[in-house]
Amino acid sequence: MAELRPARCWRTGFFFCLWLLLFLSVASGSLVVVSGSNETSGGPAGDTPEDPHHQTNSTTHKKAFPVLSFNYQDVRKPFVISLWILLALLMKLGFHIIPNISNVVPESCLLIGVGLLVGGIIKAIGEEAPVLDTKLFFHYLLPPIILDAGYFLPIRAFMENMGTILVFAVVGTLWNVFFIGGMIFAVCQIEGVQLAGVDLLSCLLFGSIVSAVDPVAVLAVFEEIQINELLHILVFGESLLNDAVTVVLYHLFEEFSHAGTVTVLDGVLGVVCFFVVSLGGVMVGAIYGFLGAFTSRFTTHTRVIEPLFVFLYSYMAYLSAEVFHLSGIMSLIACGVIMRPYVEANVSHKSYTTIKYFLKMWSSVSETLIFIFLGVSTVAGPHAWNWTFVISTVILCLVSRVLGVIGLTCIINKFRIVKLTKKDQFIVAYGGLRGAIAFSLGFLLTDNERKNMFLTAIITVIFFTVFVQGMTIRPLVELLAVKKKKESKPSINEEIHTQFLGHLLTGIEDICGHYGHHHWKDKLNRFNKTYLKKWLIAGERSTEPQLISFYNKMEMKQAMMLVESGSTAKLPSTLSSVSMQNIQQRGSGNRRAIPSISKSREQEIRKILRSNLQKTRQRLRSYSRHDLMIDPFEDNVSEVRFRKQRVEMERRMSHYLTVPTNRQETPSVRKVCFEPEHQVFTYDNSESPRGPRARPDPGPLDAISLVSESQRPNQSREPRAKVPEEQEEQDQLKLSRCLSDPGPNQEEDLS
Amino acid sequence: MGASQTRAEHQYQDLADKTGFSFEQIKNLYQRFQQLSGNEETISRANLDSIPALANNPIRKQIIGAFFDKRNQHQDEVGSCDQIGFEQFLMVMSHFRPPNLRTTDEEKEAMRKEKLRFLFNMHDSDNDGTITLAEYRKVVEELMSKSGEIGQETAKAIADAAMLEVASINVPNMGPEEFYEGITFEHFEEILKGLEMESRMHIRFLDVDTSTMRCGKSQS
Repeated sequence: MAELRPARCWRTGFFFCLWLLLFLSVASGSLVVVSGSNETSGGPAGDTPEDPHHQTNSTTHKKAFPVLSFNYQDVRKPFVISLWILLALLMKLGFHIIPNISNVVPESCLLIGVGLLVGGIIKAIGEEAPVLDTKLFFHYLLPPIILDAGYFLPIRAFMENMGTILVFAVVGTLWNVFFIGGMIFAVCQIEGVQLAGVDLLSCLLFGSIVSAVDPVAVLAVFEEIQINELLHILVFGESLLNDAVTVVLYHLFEEFSHAGTVTVLDGVLGVVCFFVVSLGGVMVGAIYGFLGAFTSRFTTHTRVIEPLFVFLYSYMAYLSAEVFHLSGIMSLIACGVIMRPYVEANVSHKSYTTIKYFLKMWSSVSETLIFIFLGVSTVAGPHAWNWTFVISTVILCLVSRVLGVIGLTCIINKFRIVKLTKKDQFIVAYGGLRGAIAFSLGFLLTDNERKNMFLTAIITVIFFTVFVQGMTIRPLVELLAVKKKKESKPSINEEIHTQFLGHLLTGIEDICGHYGHHHWKDKLNRFNKTYLKKWLIAGERSTEPQLISFYNKMEMKQAMMLVESGSTAKLPSTLSSVSMQNIQQRGSGNRRAIPSISKSREQEIRKILRSNLQKTRQRLRSYSRHDLMIDPFEDNVSEVRFRKQRVEMERRMSHYLTVPTNRQETPSVRKVCFEPEHQVFTYDNSESPRGPRARPDPGPLDAISLVSESQRPNQSREPRAKVPEEQEEQDQLKLSRCLSDPGPNQEEDLS
Repeated sequence: MGASQTRAEHQYQDLADKTGFSFEQIKNLYQRFQQLSGNEETISRANLDSIPALANNPIRKQIIGAFFDKRNQHQDEVGSCDQIGFEQFLMVMSHFRPPNLRTTDEEKEAMRKEKLRFLFNMHDSDNDGTITLAEYRKVVEELMSKSGEIGQETAKAIADAAMLEVASINVPNMGPEEFYEGITFEHFEEILKGLEMESRMHIRFLDVDTSTMRCGKSQS
């Protein structure tokens, strides 16, 4: 049974996709729609009228009032765009349904394949295939991917390896450009290959286009192989930072090839230009980043538009950098990196989730579209195939990459603490994929007979790297036993010790007397805390130390995970039976038997429990006043289910004592706020001293108090702070015994 | 001049063998030692206390204490001393050496154990072989001491949660009556194995003399 279904799904999906492809290719054309595909267009069957007919209202002869008319032209553009995106996403969906393929072939290859197919179909029909328009690519498709990458960049790894990354990005790319450009020129000089017309500057221009490692392709492939963090950040960081080099060199050589001659002054200006482009880009990004962070400070009352600020400021940073021909990618990265810590401290939890998901969504769509268009453009574009040129380009790309990485690593390893091994070098060299940026830059070249040849060569290199290297890198990683990404759960111990270590190393550096890495990091942190956070983070969170925010975040994640997991069966297996009792000191009192609690406390407990019960009963009664007798029963069932859920959640939460924050104002805090629809119990929990009594080992009864507890875990803890410390521990122990007793009776009442 | 040089080199050779530093590094550290001690043979806690840059460090006391802790001298002694000489200074510093390309896996493992032991000693102030809840609480409190008025409650809560986590990871199936005494060294290793201490707990020791350059990055 199980085997049939995927096969059937596959076949239906396949036919549907094929049909969709057909329709899409036809729709891209500008002529009359084929009658067979009028199902989705919503028009009537049969012969559709030609365009001119419905455009003119005043016709000579009177025709009947059109009940149903067909007007495709008006909506053609958005229709086609949506259809393309839909196709891209359906393809992506399809690949994951077919289980075997996605393990062997990386998604990017499959998407290019689809693009080739679509391009082929379009060409077969005789239509004009849409090409990957450069403006479309650079202004709409590339920014989401880069923003997604920049916003979620692992900062610590990036900063620690910054030197290495910069060396690879700048020096490595320069080496690639000149090596490839020079050698290609040498190849062109060989007799008999009909390439004599290609001069040195053109070759260098070509080299500068084809030698840059592409972030889109790297992301697409490396995401799937889950390699360890160091290698990932090295290759990926390099692909991001080499944008500055590429931009400068590209414009430089383009200017030169028009001017014809190069002087030393031009060379010097080129170097200056590089610094201006890169640092300028970073600065533009930083300005917008701070603006974004500052704006997010005031959004406490308009939560809905918070994500938009993040997106728009980042996009503006990209566009502003492009205005001045600065490096847009670096600007976007800088904006995301700078904005993130402050924005995350300011926005609500929902906005945070929205930002995260929208970024992932957009970058996913963009990436898919890019690869499909790459395929389509390959089929569409004019090609000029020259065996020597293309083959030598591919070989030279590989050779120069390998030589570059090996040579640079020798130098870099002298300065690194954690050296790069041969395996690391191999992966870095092999991971140097080219992608759509090279293609688009090639498209921007001025039209001449060499452009087509260049384009063909670029496409071949891209295909080679994406298909061959992309497909084989996974088995190679397995073969070489390269370290994979660690599956790390956030651990409060690790966080404590990371911070501890930071301070320790800073202290040791101070004792040694030199200002090293840690010293400056520490200084930056203190600067951040004293000045920036005050300005950029709203309310009291500005003074919250990192450890506490981490702790709160982790706790919240746990709680939400528990709620989302639904039933107890799906709880994570790491749930252990260790609870607070096991680690609390026996010290005060040694009372492990059932102790007595103070009278007043007991009264409080009973009162609260009673009132909760009453409220629940009220609800049940109100239901029974309506028609359906089934309601109370259903409610009970869901109640019981919910109770179980809450029980487990509470057990989990009791493992992580919440922090009694003194946050009175709370809309900006990412609390554990369950949406109303999750609530089965709807009473309000303004009853004050909830703290200690509601906490420990729950009986079934405690579910009620638990929900209220869980709804406002932060606020409910506040009174606890005032309780004298030595009594707390005793109370916890006592109450755990005490409350488990009256369980069974109450349950009867409710059911 | 010649005689004292060879004597110094002989001394340095000894130290280099014991601690693994190179001659230049030992020389630099010796100069720093002289600076801190005011050209005397030993330094005391007050000498280290007077370093201005340490004033902002929340765990200053523990760091200084670690220097005077006999357990870090690898000689199976316990307790603390009041004055330490250059050799002891170097021994403590040697815990922060990075691994190099030629370090084998066993050596890396040994290095990691040594560094973790150093950390463990810093937390386990009463030297009973476990980090109890009280000691851990103290650690967290100190860590947050410079972060403003956070209060004891928070530190306690975090320390409790951390302790719970250690217990859950190491002894997952404890019955409700059992009591988790404290973090032993094995448990400590277990919870921190994700951090890769041998690559993270190190500083650059200089090969060149930077006493003339007061600011700027190190250039080992």
